[in-house]
Amino acid sequence: MAIIEVDRLRKSYGRRTVVDGVSFSIPEGEIFGLLGPNGAGKTTTVECVVGLRRPDSGDVRVAGMNPATDRKRVTPILGVQLQHSDLQDKLTVREALELYSAFYKDPVDWRDPAERLGLAERLGDPFGGLSGGQKQRLFIALALIGRPRVLVLDELTTGLDPHARRDVWELIADVRDGGVTILLVTHFMEEAQRLCDRVAVLRAGTLAALDTPAGLIGSARNATVVSFVPSRAPDDEALAALPAIRSVRRAEDGRLEIAGTDQTVEALMSLLARNGITAHGLRVENATLDDAYLDLTREEH
Amino acid sequence: MSASIAMLKAEARLLSREPAGMFWVLGFPTLLLVLIGLVPSFRAEGSAPGGARTIDLYVPVTVLLGMIMAGLQSLPPTLAGYREKGILRRMSTTPVRPTSLLAAQMILHGAAMPVSGIAVILVGRVVYGVPLPDNLPSYAVTLALVTLGALGAGALIAALSPTAKGSTTTATVLFFPVAFTAGVYVPVQSMPQALRQVVELTPFGAASQALARASSGGWPEVKQLAVMLVWTVVLAGIAARRFRWQ
Repeated sequence: MAIIEVDRLRKSYGRRTVVDGVSFSIPEGEIFGLLGPNGAGKTTTVECVVGLRRPDSGDVRVAGMNPATDRKRVTPILGVQLQHSDLQDKLTVREALELYSAFYKDPVDWRDPAERLGLAERLGDPFGGLSGGQKQRLFIALALIGRPRVLVLDELTTGLDPHARRDVWELIADVRDGGVTILLVTHFMEEAQRLCDRVAVLRAGTLAALDTPAGLIGSARNATVVSFVPSRAPDDEALAALPAIRSVRRAEDGRLEIAGTDQTVEALMSLLARNGITAHGLRVENATLDDAYLDLTREEH
Repeated sequence: MSASIAMLKAEARLLSREPAGMFWVLGFPTLLLVLIGLVPSFRAEGSAPGGARTIDLYVPVTVLLGMIMAGLQSLPPTLAGYREKGILRRMSTTPVRPTSLLAAQMILHGAAMPVSGIAVILVGRVVYGVPLPDNLPSYAVTLALVTLGALGAGALIAALSPTAKGSTTTATVLFFPVAFTAGVYVPVQSMPQALRQVVELTPFGAASQALARASSGGWPEVKQLAVMLVWTVVLAGIAARRFRWQ
């Protein structure tokens, strides 16, 4: 059953339409990624989901409730990490964790997330004295304190070093294994590929794609690229007739580059075998989520 | 522990970490009273209208100064800063309403005001022999009303300023006229009658007159109470309607 439902969501600021008819639904226990260039409407979508903004039209439901009007019942099941929100500079890490624990009926022991996020040594430090990465980790800990059923993370690992990022990914995967549904806004393709069950790509306020990371990669313009130096040039027409072929390119050093799908590669191999052509220096490259993402959002750049 | 109590405790601890803010609210009014009293002529009998000493008139005035410091100078940048930094926004995604954070701040500032006032009265009594207020209930009622009015004014400044810096500027500009109406420069009782009638229509002018009457054993005039009450309702009402959460 879907725990988050977004249906034809539309939101404008003045005359500028930021989100223009976005729909998706997230089943319980899924990690759902929102990707897209700056200004594509990711944060606005998330703000509507957590009830900080009211949609101009369309419908948003969290566990069947309207997050903007049913605050009393939605907020207890929600854990949120936002961009551009700070704490009081002189509040210490421990005080922040204790304070937020007091906000919920059945909070976790805040020492657990603090420990896992490497904040145990920082409990006495004032918020204003923390580094960007430490603040970020504190916000993640605060988002987990109320045992949320739905966790919304806007730019989870921005500002974290590679080690901390990996630790946070592990933590988030564990949280999901506990049955929590996670809506994740991210700029990092590696993060989306590693964590997300499904990914929505937003472009200029509309949904450009919604698929599993593997599905998105498969739909990339050049899903698979084979290149080699043939012992003898294969017949152009035979190449052009290969299934699902996208492009053929001959480099000056005699290298042949053929882009298509796995199917193209299979057919190419048997074509070469039939004609007794040897492929020297054979390289096969698979597209990454990066390629798929750039294809989908190319018009933006 | 309930969320509101936890928040009140946390905010109280945060206030105690701002020694400068504490000084202006709790220390400065008393210090000013002591300094004023150092001028010999202000301690002379009959130096003020009605046969009182100037220093006697300055006790209620410096009591009001503490309220102005807390309500109009300290409160607005705190509230506007909480909005500007996204603290209210973050809090509104939790089961606790951000209103309770504003309320905690107003309660603490509201509690600091009478504390500052009592310190002034006691120091005036001990150092310069200023008699304690003759009519305590009347004095307390007036203080409670001014406290509410000062909180309303501070909340309104925070509501109308987009940033903490902007609210500090507004508060600083407002300080001089407001302090004037409270009688900080010239006690309201010593003002020319035409001016006094205008000043009595302002919240702190009315409060100044009401406190002076309570000091000498009387009750405030109905008009003075009405002026304070109307200002409180109007200021707080506009603040509540116009406060932006983000």
